[in-house]
Amino acid sequence: MATKTTCMSSQGSDDEQRKRENIRSLTMSGHVGFESLPDQLVNRSIQQGFCFNILCVGETGIGKSTLIDTLFNTNFEDYESSHFCPNVKLKAQTYELQESNVRLKLTIVNTVGFGDQINKEESYQPIVDYIDAQFEAYLQEELKIKRSLFTYHDSRIHVCLYFISPTGHSLKTLDLLTMKNLDSKVNIIPVIAKADTVSKTELQEFKIKLMSELVSNGVQIYQFPTDDDTIAKDNAAMNGLLPFAVVGSMDEVKVGNKVVKARQYPWGVVQVENENHCDFVKLREMLICTNMEDLREQTHARHYELYRRCKLEEMGFTDVGPENKPVSLQETYEAKRHEFHGERQRKEEEMKQMFVQRVKEKEAILKETERELQAKFEHLKRLHQEERMKLEEKRKLLEEEIIAFSKKKATSEIFHSQSFLATGSNLRKDKDRKKEPGCGFELLCVDVRTCENSGGRKDAEKGREGHSARGRP
Amino acid sequence: MDPLRRSPSPCLSSRPSSPSTPPCEMLGPVGIEAVLDQLKIKAMKMGFEFNIMVVGQSGLGKSTMVNTLFKVWKSNPPGLGVPPPQTLQLHSVTHVIEEKGVKLKLTVTDTPGFGDQINNDNCWDPILGYINEQYEQYLQEELLITRQRHIPDTRVHCCVYFVPPTGHCLRPLDIEFLQRLCQTVNVVPVIARADSLTMEEREAFRRRIQQNLRTHCINVYPQMCFDEDINDRILNSKLRDRIPFAVVGADQEHLVNGKCVLGRKTNWGIIEVENMAHCEFPLLRDLLIRSHLQDLKDITHNVHYENYRVIRLNESHLLPRGPGWVNLAPASPGQLTTPRPFKVCRGAHDDSDDEF
Repeated sequence: MATKTTCMSSQGSDDEQRKRENIRSLTMSGHVGFESLPDQLVNRSIQQGFCFNILCVGETGIGKSTLIDTLFNTNFEDYESSHFCPNVKLKAQTYELQESNVRLKLTIVNTVGFGDQINKEESYQPIVDYIDAQFEAYLQEELKIKRSLFTYHDSRIHVCLYFISPTGHSLKTLDLLTMKNLDSKVNIIPVIAKADTVSKTELQEFKIKLMSELVSNGVQIYQFPTDDDTIAKDNAAMNGLLPFAVVGSMDEVKVGNKVVKARQYPWGVVQVENENHCDFVKLREMLICTNMEDLREQTHARHYELYRRCKLEEMGFTDVGPENKPVSLQETYEAKRHEFHGERQRKEEEMKQMFVQRVKEKEAILKETERELQAKFEHLKRLHQEERMKLEEKRKLLEEEIIAFSKKKATSEIFHSQSFLATGSNLRKDKDRKKEPGCGFELLCVDVRTCENSGGRKDAEKGREGHSARGRP
Repeated sequence: MDPLRRSPSPCLSSRPSSPSTPPCEMLGPVGIEAVLDQLKIKAMKMGFEFNIMVVGQSGLGKSTMVNTLFKVWKSNPPGLGVPPPQTLQLHSVTHVIEEKGVKLKLTVTDTPGFGDQINNDNCWDPILGYINEQYEQYLQEELLITRQRHIPDTRVHCCVYFVPPTGHCLRPLDIEFLQRLCQTVNVVPVIARADSLTMEEREAFRRRIQQNLRTHCINVYPQMCFDEDINDRILNSKLRDRIPFAVVGADQEHLVNGKCVLGRKTNWGIIEVENMAHCEFPLLRDLLIRSHLQDLKDITHNVHYENYRVIRLNESHLLPRGPGWVNLAPASPGQLTTPRPFKVCRGAHDDSDDEF
């Protein structure tokens, strides 16, 4: 049996904690060479590339796209959004930027139709849903059995630039409401858009008013970190200048002998990169050059962890069980999974039964209709047969009549020929006979005697009679 | 070795996968580069952690090697006059050392008693148990609802295995141990006490060991399957050609040609530890500290730890195995000491779906 002895445990990174846990600080007596560790880390990050996601929230036409273009010195997209969207939609687009050896995958998410509706009660909900959806996707990936976090494209929003209209008075109710719903989910940096419409004195008062409103309403905006000495001073100063009053423009104007980005008015030129004119340079510095990494870390360590904790607690997982004993996540997960499976099986059974029942019913109906059809068919067949039989009978009757009639005809012929021979006048009888209506048959009489006496005349008579016998239908 | 050499990141595609993104041209400087400085500042503030384990029979110079690597002298020389322990023990010692503003928390785990008994069956079990226990601790921390901002990393990043300089080939104990350990942790084998071999003997020994490793499919660090691109492959191939390094450790300084050097003094000369003509200690030091430290940590975190996590989350002896089953009872150390032999690969398992 093997025994394991650990001389000291190594948790925590505070000096005091270290001393408490008896971790020795040693000095080395020579150059070892691990000062290159930060460089190794940086090299690996360069290879992997960076990811940064910005969400721009603001009314249509307030200058979000222009500001992003100016920030990153590129022309991202051309067309303007319409003002007639029925509800707020979020549009995300990803771009790859490269500066020397740093590759940045930048995702810009724009709110389309924010503030355009007549009823703005549901304006902020799509934004909140979108942010939550990105957290959810990351959480799902993290909780997978076979996961690949190092190739996962991180789509969580790292910073939200909130564009405030330059009214000069105060925050709009919509702004307050939206920011209050977003502040626990994302780092918010408020900016005053189109700041060239606000004069300098007004601007100062406006900023103070805005900040006091935010504070009094309990909105937590992002504070630039002041714990690291190298950047603490700058960051603290910038914290006092929030919200930044920015002007965005990609148009170039010649000022003096330089060509700068600016907006040209009849009364002057507003230079974007001039610190006296607006705070654009400060925004760019704070957002990109100094604090990008901190923004990402805050998103991951604070906002995402909060979301994760809430979500897992919602699902019923806890760290500490009913008797204050630590409950393993796995056990709870397992129990839940059992439950879920049991329920699912039950539901499946139910559905199966329902399905079977429906099928039976349908079958019964079909059988009914089949039987009816069959009955009808038989009925018709019977009728048909009866008709046939009737017709058969009729036919028989008719045939008998025909036979009877032809017999009659035959006998009356014989009788007539006999009587004709006796009297010798057939012309009259012919005429009489011709006057009789409805008789279809003419007796064909041949007068032998007259034939002999008058040849031609007889022939004509014969012809006439024969013709009339055939002629009458 | 160039300290600023790009350290390879251990994944098949280091670039995050995402829908096709159009590259944009920037019309002027923006300042994105400054993020590198931000990273450096953050790293220096947080400090670094590195956990190394040395495994080998007693008397091979493990403790001396650690001292030589990190140039910290312990007050009492180890091993002298102390009889080898009857059973395998694991000693972990943590130091914080600083150089030019960079703080490194170094944990060295020593394994006295390894391979010293008459019957060495399963002598790797305690070691594997220890390594898995560190993974388990990290996993439990990661699974908490309210978890710490920075989870303390006690996982073993590198295991240096000392091969005794027999000059012949790897022994059965070595092969068994290496086979098992290579699947769980990064292993760097070294030829200990190389001053007992001549240059030709060293070369022959090295070739034979490399052959043994190939025959038994033992994948030592730097693993070929984790090479990122052509540059890494070239660099790592050069390293792989020289592994196992023939090293000599020393903690005493002597005067040679007017210079003070670390070395071993014998009647027939002074063996300089940091002289490439004498031994390959500089290569080992550069690999472990100056160029591949971050890479060792990355592979441990992204590959070995993930593999452990998959096994752990799939294991279940009470319930029928299915996709994504989770173990009800916490694992006992004996369960996980001998992992089923499978290839260390990145996510290319053929289990079924991985839905939460």
